[in-house]
Amino acid sequence: MAILVLAAIFFLGPLISAIRFSLEQTNGKDGLGNYTQLLHNAALGGSLVTSLEIAALTTAIMLALMLPTVVWVRLRLPRLALLVESISVLPIVIPPIVMAAGLATLQSHASAGLSNLIFSSPLTALTPVYVILAMPFAYRSLDVGVRAIDLRTLVDAARSLGAGWTTVLGRVILPNVRTAVLTAASLTVALVLAEVVIAETLLYTTYPVELVDTGQAQLGVAVALSVLSLAITWMLLLAISFIGNRGASRARIGRLL
Amino acid sequence: MSAVAVHLDGLTRRFGELIALDELDLDVAPGELVALLGPSGCGKTTALRLLAGFDYPDGGRVKVGGVDITDVPASKRDMGMVFQAYSLFPNMDARTNVEFGLRMRKQPSPERRARAEQVLGLVGLSAHAGHYPHQLSGGQQQRVALARALAIEPSVLLLDEPLSALDARVRAQLRGEIRSVQQRLGITTLFVTHDQAEALSIADRVGVMHEGKLEQIGTPEEVYERPATPFVAEFVGTMNRVAGRLAADGRLEVLGASLKASGPQSRAAGELVEVLVRPEALEAVADPNGHATVAERTFLGSFTRMRVTLDDGSELLIDAASRRGLPEPGVRVSVRATGEDALVSGSAHGLTPAAP
Ligand SMILES: Nc1ncnc2c1ncn2[C@@H]1O[C@H](COP(=O)(O)OP(=O)(O)OP(=O)(O)O)[C@@H](O)[C@H]1O
Ligand SMILES: [Mg+2]
Repeated sequence: MAILVLAAIFFLGPLISAIRFSLEQTNGKDGLGNYTQLLHNAALGGSLVTSLEIAALTTAIMLALMLPTVVWVRLRLPRLALLVESISVLPIVIPPIVMAAGLATLQSHASAGLSNLIFSSPLTALTPVYVILAMPFAYRSLDVGVRAIDLRTLVDAARSLGAGWTTVLGRVILPNVRTAVLTAASLTVALVLAEVVIAETLLYTTYPVELVDTGQAQLGVAVALSVLSLAITWMLLLAISFIGNRGASRARIGRLL
Repeated sequence: MSAVAVHLDGLTRRFGELIALDELDLDVAPGELVALLGPSGCGKTTALRLLAGFDYPDGGRVKVGGVDITDVPASKRDMGMVFQAYSLFPNMDARTNVEFGLRMRKQPSPERRARAEQVLGLVGLSAHAGHYPHQLSGGQQQRVALARALAIEPSVLLLDEPLSALDARVRAQLRGEIRSVQQRLGITTLFVTHDQAEALSIADRVGVMHEGKLEQIGTPEEVYERPATPFVAEFVGTMNRVAGRLAADGRLEVLGASLKASGPQSRAAGELVEVLVRPEALEAVADPNGHATVAERTFLGSFTRMRVTLDDGSELLIDAASRRGLPEPGVRVSVRATGEDALVSGSAHGLTPAAP
């Protein structure tokens, strides 16, 4: 109980101050001025779309690469599981600024063809980087999910009934590790919506970059923006866990029994 | 669909140093049910997985219906398998589980549904078609798994200890159902188990495995009554080890009886050997001058098992049809062999010939 009260003070205190601060207008009166200003900021909307596109693509690629890898390792190389897991952690260990510097060098020395292909748009330039950055979180949460089901038996059963590997992954494994997939997806989305260092170094204005820039220009608007972002993220996570609970509860209960 | 023969030819599988299967040969006739029986770790599951195509052998070939399928992937082998662990897809209800294999075969939906209803009926679960695995009991889940395996009309049915997670009554009942369905469909079946009673009761032939090899294969009667090796004798049913002396005419003096000796015959007359005798081939009769004492008596329904201590300290198990007047614990008895033959398992080490 005491912990809950403490958490509420630490969490709600700053939140309430932030909301009150965001309602203070430059003319001294309280109002929604900071929020209406946001609606007129086209750059912000544009960057949000860019970041959501990157988030969606990153999540899709991450899942398409990671789920088969995790399944393969658990089925065929169980003894290497620990090794693969520690390799997957590497992106956390390397500081983002190092990665950013490396990519910046590549960007400035790239041939015209490569530049056009990759560096001309934040979508193609940042997505591969974010896939790598998301790897540690994604690998772990998917691995936990896969370990919770009787993977070998389910795979063998599906194979003996005539299923090919894509069917096995899509129809048998995926629905039964749904919660883990949603966790991996939300971690990936959260990462893309928060990463600043690399995007800024490579001179792409993604949503988090825009957020920081706005904050430096107009403090009131920036705080209004964070309040709004928080609300959006909250709703996004609620939606994800709602989908997860509705779809996975059957499977999860089945597994527990 | 006519039944096919299964032929395993010198099948070998190694896991590092460990030889899980050691040149296993096995022939299963069309429509036959062969039970593979053996202790834990003897390679039963490995053999089945190689046959199903989940694993690839280090040596040897797998043939079904005369066709070599060693290199055919599991998804193209057309085998129905029921697993020891619950293997239903948790995200699908019973009917969808059963339809899965038909969906893979691109059968149109109405036919698929009809077939699913039919096989669910076959295993007595029509009423549970809409239930998810977690809403079914263990026995029902294994029934659905059986229905799922049968739905695709497989050429071979593989059962890997499908009943081991169930309680005794459900196990006996489901065992009977599996056998009757198998016979009705005439489907070639391999049934893996480590339960000898299960193997003896369900199979046309029982193959006893030991350390990756087939020790003996024969009808349940053959395996039980004429075990080829001491391992088979002791694994299938219960055995007493007693000392006996070989007589000149190939007969055997054991516990005051003269029996026909089977097993290794390369021994000289007069030699002291170890002999294997079933508990039901011994008889204990109350006798104040006997050389043994009843230590324990356990009523097991139709028969009663007695543990008898001989005066030299060795122990024997003796089964008798349950009736009044069997010797009580503490009573002096004389023990006699009643069978006709007995298996010689080797030289007697430290065994003294038991007096009758
Ligand atoms: N994937 C594997 N890696 C390493 N060793 C294995 C593997 N699968 C099986 N083995 C070993 O091979 C041997 C035979 O295993 P198998 O599963 O065939 O035994 P089993 O007869 O089915 O036993 P049980 O009755 O316990 O199921 C065992 O010693 C086992 O440890
Ligand atoms: Mg096994």
